[in-house]
Amino acid sequence: MPDGLWLKCPACGEIVFKNDLEQNLGICPNCSFHFQISREERLASLIDEGTFEEWDAVLHSVDRLGFKGVDSYESKLKQNVDKTGHYDAVTSGKGRIGPHTVGIGVMDFKFLGASMGSVVGEKITRLIERSTEEKLPVVICCASGGARMYEGMLSLMQMAKTSAALARHAAAGLAYIPVLTHPTTAGVMASFATLGDVILAEPGALIGFAGPRVIKETTQSELPEGFQRSEFLLDHGLIDCVVPRDQLKEQLIHLLDFLAAPAAS
Amino acid sequence: MSHFVLPFEKPILELEAKLHELQSVSQDQDLDVSSEVTRMEKKIAQMRKKVYGNLTAWQKVQMARHPLRPYTRDYISRICTRFTELHGDRIYRDDRAIIGGFAEIDGMRVMLIGTQKGRDTKTNLECNFGCPYPEGYRKALRLMKLADKYRMPIVSLIDTPGAYPGIQSEERHVAEAIAVNLREAFTLGVPMVVVITGEGGSGGALGIGVGNKVLVLENAYYSVITPEGCAAILWKDRAYSDKAAEALKLTAQDLKKAGITDGIVPEPMGGAHNDYEIMAATLKEHIVEQLKALSDMDPDALRSQRYDKFRAIGAFAEGKTPPPASEALADRLKRTPPAERPKPTEPDADQEIQIEQPELEEPYMGYPVTARAATEEGAPSEEKKSDSKKK
Repeated sequence: MPDGLWLKCPACGEIVFKNDLEQNLGICPNCSFHFQISREERLASLIDEGTFEEWDAVLHSVDRLGFKGVDSYESKLKQNVDKTGHYDAVTSGKGRIGPHTVGIGVMDFKFLGASMGSVVGEKITRLIERSTEEKLPVVICCASGGARMYEGMLSLMQMAKTSAALARHAAAGLAYIPVLTHPTTAGVMASFATLGDVILAEPGALIGFAGPRVIKETTQSELPEGFQRSEFLLDHGLIDCVVPRDQLKEQLIHLLDFLAAPAAS
Repeated sequence: MSHFVLPFEKPILELEAKLHELQSVSQDQDLDVSSEVTRMEKKIAQMRKKVYGNLTAWQKVQMARHPLRPYTRDYISRICTRFTELHGDRIYRDDRAIIGGFAEIDGMRVMLIGTQKGRDTKTNLECNFGCPYPEGYRKALRLMKLADKYRMPIVSLIDTPGAYPGIQSEERHVAEAIAVNLREAFTLGVPMVVVITGEGGSGGALGIGVGNKVLVLENAYYSVITPEGCAAILWKDRAYSDKAAEALKLTAQDLKKAGITDGIVPEPMGGAHNDYEIMAATLKEHIVEQLKALSDMDPDALRSQRYDKFRAIGAFAEGKTPPPASEALADRLKRTPPAERPKPTEPDADQEIQIEQPELEEPYMGYPVTARAATEEGAPSEEKKSDSKKK
């Protein structure tokens, strides 16, 4: 969530007290607009107190291509590590959601647009593989601008890698629930974000493959109202439910009751 | 075929024109210029070698997009002794940007799939400039599963700018079509050989690109984003496409070096379009070689090899110290939320209000929009202007 004491809600224009917003999980008290929240806030909102065990926190990105844009990849990485205090765009681990122990991943849009490079791909893959070993369901809160250009084809191949791990997780009869948050697009959307048994989305999230601007430029046509938003995807049959953030934990518990019922005692 | 000259080919063409002139002059005036002709021919050969042997990444992208480059159907007619095309995804329609069917190559029965570009306006509209809709990927999956059922190896030839970024494409969920293909490709128990023959346009290429072996033609490229898209995002200007092409390490040679692909298929001097017969013969040789090498593997071995191959791709470091925020994160998750909320107070009029909008970068699936026709059927034109400010 942004710094500062007060925020103006981009949806309704109300001035919101930041503390109040934090207490309300980043949901505008006036209009229910969902602000983006940090990975800390996300995990705190879903995982039972004191049960989170972080995995692979020490993985960090390297500039294998020696990428020279206007900025170097290295300097971009440094800026984002300084900004977020994390090495890359995803935090993963194990924790309890009510009665269920799950493998959980949370993507953080603040870190380079939560783009998927080698570290994101590797951490997501390890999360899925380890959950398969430990027979755990997986929940991933997705957000991403797509594959990370700075890593070239290494990043594109993470789409295949994560999907491969999910094929094995599914073959083991384990549940996977992606939660699509604002925005989930491109390479992440065309891989693990879409491969859930049940797919949830937060209200109003931008979700799609190509970006709206690219589509507009390519097709030279106006985009329909609400195009690529959660509710649009629900209407078109592309996701299962739109779930407000304050009901997400409860909803996950309900779903996991069906998909990952603890063995009857 | 009319000439289509790429900018860097001009020196060669100028020499060829001079040679031609020399020959016609000598014919008219009955002069013996054979030594001069030989000298010129040698010079041209040297020039060709110099130009085509030192192509930059951006020049290779242009070669890969050459309008005369052989496409999938050109290869099928030259390398397959039999081909029966199969149509449709059984759900919505037959996408002509991805074709496929039963094929016989060197006596082997395979399922051949591939993207298809057009040569003129009519054929380009038909196959949407080689940009598949979701149904193209679903057709490909249907054919791949059919191949798996009948234990037939799969050959995939890829030359696409990318999956089509359109309204209907999104409505019919192109992301899902690609994602499902990626996942299901890892369950196939038959050999799959993939060749990037022209443009390997990001997720749109990968959607039919998960093979046991992945080859790239000498002047083809395979990239996470088009150089134009990358330049537009990083340099804010498409004019920097050459720099972006260089930075993205998208050439056949770079990809092989990085261990992302398995081999390079050489092209005739001057590019694949200069000699369809030689190009097709070389391609066939490489495909047959790969298929033969994979033919001894049982289904489980093929699945494992494919998994391990993609599992290994990535460049990262594993340090010992967790990131600075790790401890704070652990603390945060132990903390009991405050029982009582602080009461919000009205903001003072003179207090500075910080307003920060959630920032959305355009997703990275870049796409060259120039000269691409909009072929979206029934795109709503009278729809109310969508509120782009609403985020």
